[in-house]
Amino acid sequence: MKPTFFKSCAVALAALSLAGNAFAHRAWILPSSFTLSGENQWVTVDGAISNNLFYPNHVAMRLDSLSITAPDGTAVEAENTVTGKYRSAFDVKLEKEGTYRISLGGDGYNASWEENGERKRWRGNAETLKTDGIEAKSGVEISRSVRRIETFVTLGSPTTAVFATEGTGLELKPVTHPNDVFAGENVSFQFLQDGKPAAGVEVDIIRGNDRYRNAENGLKLTTDADGVITFTPDEAGPYWLSAESSGQSSLNGKEINLRNSYVATFEALPL
Amino acid sequence: MRAILTVAGLSLISGQALADTIEVEVDIPRMSVAEYHRPYVAIWIANPDNSVVSNIAVWYQQGETGEGKGETWLKDIRQWWRRTGRELAMPVDGISGPTKAPGTHEIVLATDSGPFANLKAGQYQLVVEASREVGGRELVSLPFIWPLKAAPESQSGERELGKVTLRLAD
Repeated sequence: MKPTFFKSCAVALAALSLAGNAFAHRAWILPSSFTLSGENQWVTVDGAISNNLFYPNHVAMRLDSLSITAPDGTAVEAENTVTGKYRSAFDVKLEKEGTYRISLGGDGYNASWEENGERKRWRGNAETLKTDGIEAKSGVEISRSVRRIETFVTLGSPTTAVFATEGTGLELKPVTHPNDVFAGENVSFQFLQDGKPAAGVEVDIIRGNDRYRNAENGLKLTTDADGVITFTPDEAGPYWLSAESSGQSSLNGKEINLRNSYVATFEALPL
Repeated sequence: MRAILTVAGLSLISGQALADTIEVEVDIPRMSVAEYHRPYVAIWIANPDNSVVSNIAVWYQQGETGEGKGETWLKDIRQWWRRTGRELAMPVDGISGPTKAPGTHEIVLATDSGPFANLKAGQYQLVVEASREVGGRELVSLPFIWPLKAAPESQSGERELGKVTLRLAD
């Protein structure tokens, strides 16, 4: 069964079940172009956490964790980086042919505990977890979160080297290359959890410009046994994809809750 | 003498009408717009499943202007770019050419060399895609059976392309 936008009852039901979530903030980065030709091209990328796609109307995306990978695996520095009130922006120079990955995210910990009758909250990484002595806090609850917010742009022909798994959290592996998506054609993406096919992961896909629609009309899918989702974008435009999974992670022999999230922005071109 | 032999040979093999050249005619409509740029146009032969058989022509800005090299906008001929353009190292001899002014443009192709040579008998489509800066984009697909029959085949675009014709030369 191949789900399509606006054509399936399942989608309508999914939209209803999403209603409680309708005002959730969405994190995204959006490049000025996804597909480029010629040589030495530039893209400018916006990043924000907003209520609508892709309108910066809440807070700017923090770019501390930004990493840009060239088709040959080398790191590329962002240029002209600016963080404003509602959005951040930066430029990326594309000097090599193939697909670039532009990625934000991190692998971090959240903790909370009671101290003198007060609820304390903490957020940090594996290192500050130690240096801040978080594990020693009495009654502490610690959870881990692995996040990715990505987009892909291609100069020339799409390549897949930048999709090599990093082995942690949720990752996207192309069946259909995200820079090769056309309205009316089947699209398949595979999701990996810690480098292995991730079955049963819930994926939301929403077309941009929801600000000008009364309903989000999103698609809610679940990955199959091979970690794959298949859908057909009926309309051209920029799309936002969000996947989440939860599980257990161990911290010095103790089981803690693990939450993985993955967000990608891609476009469907008209045929 | 050689030409006669070729023609005779072809007609023996394929039963094709007597001709050794094919004409592809593409009409670029005149636009009444404030800012007009000549369209980028790609012309190619595809199988019915859209896979590309061969390129016939790509008309785009040659060289560099203040806005950049002409190759920068080849991706806007987006089906061509996806099906074949992005795999090519432009310019390609015999295929790349400058943009054309509004009017009817004719490409004359031999049947013993170039894109129509060695084309197996069967169903194909001649695809013409035009993309104009500060303008629109249109794709015209003209299905044809090879070898061609004597009667010309044609299909018309609605906005960015006029009539596209494929025929055996007289």
